[in-house]
Amino acid sequence: MTATDSATASPASSTGTRSGPRLSLGPISYYWPKDQVDAFYQQVEHLPVDIVYLGETICSKRNEVRFEDWLAIGERLAASGKEVVLSTLSLLEAESELLRLRAICENEGFLVEANDMGAVQLLRGRPFVVGHSVNVYNDRSLAVLARSGLKRWVLPVELTADCLADMQRLRPAGIETEVYAYGRLPLAYSARCFTARARNLPKDDCRYCCIDYPDGLEVATQDDQGFLVLNGIQTQSARTNNLLPELPRLRELDVDILRISPQAQGTDAIVQLFDQALRGDKTPAEASAAIQPLMPSGACDGYWHGEAGMDQVAQV
Amino acid sequence: MELVCPAGNLPSLKTAVDHGANAVYFGFRDDTNARHFAGLNFAPNKMAEGIEYARRRNVRVFVALNTYPRPDGFKRWQEAVDRAADLGVDALIAADLGVLDYASSKHPNLPLHLSVQGSATNYEALRFYHEHFGVRRAVLPRVLSMSQTRHVIENSPLEIEVFAFGSLCVMVEGRCILSSYATGRSPNTFGACSPASHVEWIETPDGLDTRLGGVLIQRHPKGENVGYPTLCKGTFRVADHTYHAIEEPISLNAMELLPELQAAGVKAVKIEGRQRSPVYVGQVTRVWRQALDALARDPQHFKPRPEWTAELGKVSEGAQTTLGAYHRPWQ
Repeated sequence: MTATDSATASPASSTGTRSGPRLSLGPISYYWPKDQVDAFYQQVEHLPVDIVYLGETICSKRNEVRFEDWLAIGERLAASGKEVVLSTLSLLEAESELLRLRAICENEGFLVEANDMGAVQLLRGRPFVVGHSVNVYNDRSLAVLARSGLKRWVLPVELTADCLADMQRLRPAGIETEVYAYGRLPLAYSARCFTARARNLPKDDCRYCCIDYPDGLEVATQDDQGFLVLNGIQTQSARTNNLLPELPRLRELDVDILRISPQAQGTDAIVQLFDQALRGDKTPAEASAAIQPLMPSGACDGYWHGEAGMDQVAQV
Repeated sequence: MELVCPAGNLPSLKTAVDHGANAVYFGFRDDTNARHFAGLNFAPNKMAEGIEYARRRNVRVFVALNTYPRPDGFKRWQEAVDRAADLGVDALIAADLGVLDYASSKHPNLPLHLSVQGSATNYEALRFYHEHFGVRRAVLPRVLSMSQTRHVIENSPLEIEVFAFGSLCVMVEGRCILSSYATGRSPNTFGACSPASHVEWIETPDGLDTRLGGVLIQRHPKGENVGYPTLCKGTFRVADHTYHAIEEPISLNAMELLPELQAAGVKAVKIEGRQRSPVYVGQVTRVWRQALDALARDPQHFKPRPEWTAELGKVSEGAQTTLGAYHRPWQ
C-alpha cells in the first residue's frame, strides 16, 4: 500500500463525528505475497474501519497466508479494536476445501462469513454473515437464513437501490445489512482458471501466477476498452464500483455497513475518504472526486441505479 | 439413467417425448425461468396440453422456476409455484431460497429439484437444501471434474442430475452476472444471458462487429461464420494476446463419460437447449436415447458411435464439443 494521498486528511485532523453506516474492509480478493499482506494489515490496525474480513475467498491453491497466519492477523486486528470476521471460499469443489472450511467454521474466536451455501450449512445454529456471492434476492430468503442464525448479509452486487429499499423494509428484526460500496465488482466464478489460461498454463500447474497481478489481469475489448479483470477462477469488472456519492441514500435506507474491497494501492486513502465523508468533513462528491484517481480503470455504479453494472450514472 | 430433455415450446416437447425422453422440462412464459426469450415457453393452456401429451406416454414433466425474484415480484413466482402444483407436475426446479421455502411449505407433496442456478457444487450445500426444503434432486453446476462429481454423489443426501450435452456455461450457474454488467439483465434477475434486445450487428469495412450492451464482443472478418455474441464466448485482449479469454463458442458433450456417470450413481442426464428448435431437440434426444439404450445393454463396452458424434457435432455451438470441467485439463 502506498502513502496516503496528499489530499486526504488524517483521522486526527478530522472535525466531524462519525455517523451512519460503519465501515468494513472486505477480504483481499487477489493473491499477494505474505509480506504485502502483513504490511497491509499492520496499516489497517490504524485505519478508521470498524470491521475487517480476513481470508482467501477465491482459490484454495493460494497458500502464501495460511489459516494460522490469518488467525494471528485476526488476533492483532481484534486487539486494535476491530471486529474480525473470517471469510470463506466462494466456490467449493474438493473435499480438501471442505476440510479447510470446517476448520474455519469451527473456530472459536471469530464470526464467519459464508460465501457458499455449504458454509451456511456448516454454520447453522451459530451467528454468521453471508457474503455477496450467496444469492439473497428477497426477504423470504433472508428469513430462511435468519432461522439458521444469520446475523448480517451483504446485498448481492447486481441488485438496485430500490430493491434494497424493499429488503430493508421487510428484513427480519436484528439482521444487519452490508453494501459492497467500493471495489471492482465480483462478476463470476468458474472451475477454469482464467489467469493460468492467459499464461498458457494448465490449472493444475498454474505456478501460482496470480501473484504477478496484485489487482488482477485486465481484459480489454478489441477496440481497447478496459472491460473485465481476470482473478484466477473469478472474473471481476475492470471498473470500480463506487457508491460513496450515494451516501445520503445509503443513510436514508438505514444500511448498517459499507464495504470497501482492498486494492493493491491506495486502500488507506480510500478508507480515509469514506471516513471523512461519514464525518461530514468532505461531501460525498468531494470525497469521490479524490478517490477517482485511485481507481485502476475508472468508476461505475450502474447496478445501484438499475442500469447495466458498468454504467456510471452519478455525476462526480 | 433418466434422459431429461428441453422443451421451449409444445412442438419441442412433443418431439422430445416422441424421440425417447424420460422427462421434459419447461417454463412459464415470463421471467420466472432462466430461458426467458421472446416466443419461447408455455402459456398455461399449452402447458396443460404438453403435460397431458407427456403423461400419456409415461414421460415425466418438470417445470423450471429457477430465477431469483426480488421482493416486488415475489408474488408472481408464488403464483407460478401454485400453478405448477395445480398442474400436477412431477417436479418443480427452483433455485431461490425464498421460492423453495414457499413451495415446500405451501405444497409439501410437490417434489422439488434444486436448479443448476442454485450453484450447489458440494454436498454440504446439498444437505442444506435437503434438510430445509426436502429437495429430492439437484442439478450440478458445470464446474465439477468427474472425480469431484463422484465424490459429491457418494456424500449427497439427494439424487444428482448432471448436464450431458448443449451450450456450455463456463461459470458457476447462478453466480454469473457478466450479462447484467454489460446489459442490466442477467439469468438471475431476468432469466436471460446476453439478451438479444441488447445485441447489435454492425457492418464495418473489414467485416462485421457484434456488440452486447455497446461492448465489442466479436469482430468477424468478411466471410467468417458469425455466431451469437454470448459474452463469455467473445474475443478479447489480455496483455498482447487477442483470444477467447474465457471460452470458445463450444458445446458440452459428455457422451463418452456415460459409463462413468452411471457407475458414479448419476440419476439423470440433462440436455441443454430450451431456446433451440424442435429439430435440434428431436435430433439430440434421438441420439442420446440410442446411446443410453446401448449403455444399458452393455455398459462394459459402451463407446459413442461415430455417427452419433457427427450428428451432435452438427448441432453444437461453434460446431465443436468438449468434455468441459469433467475433464481436468479443460479447467
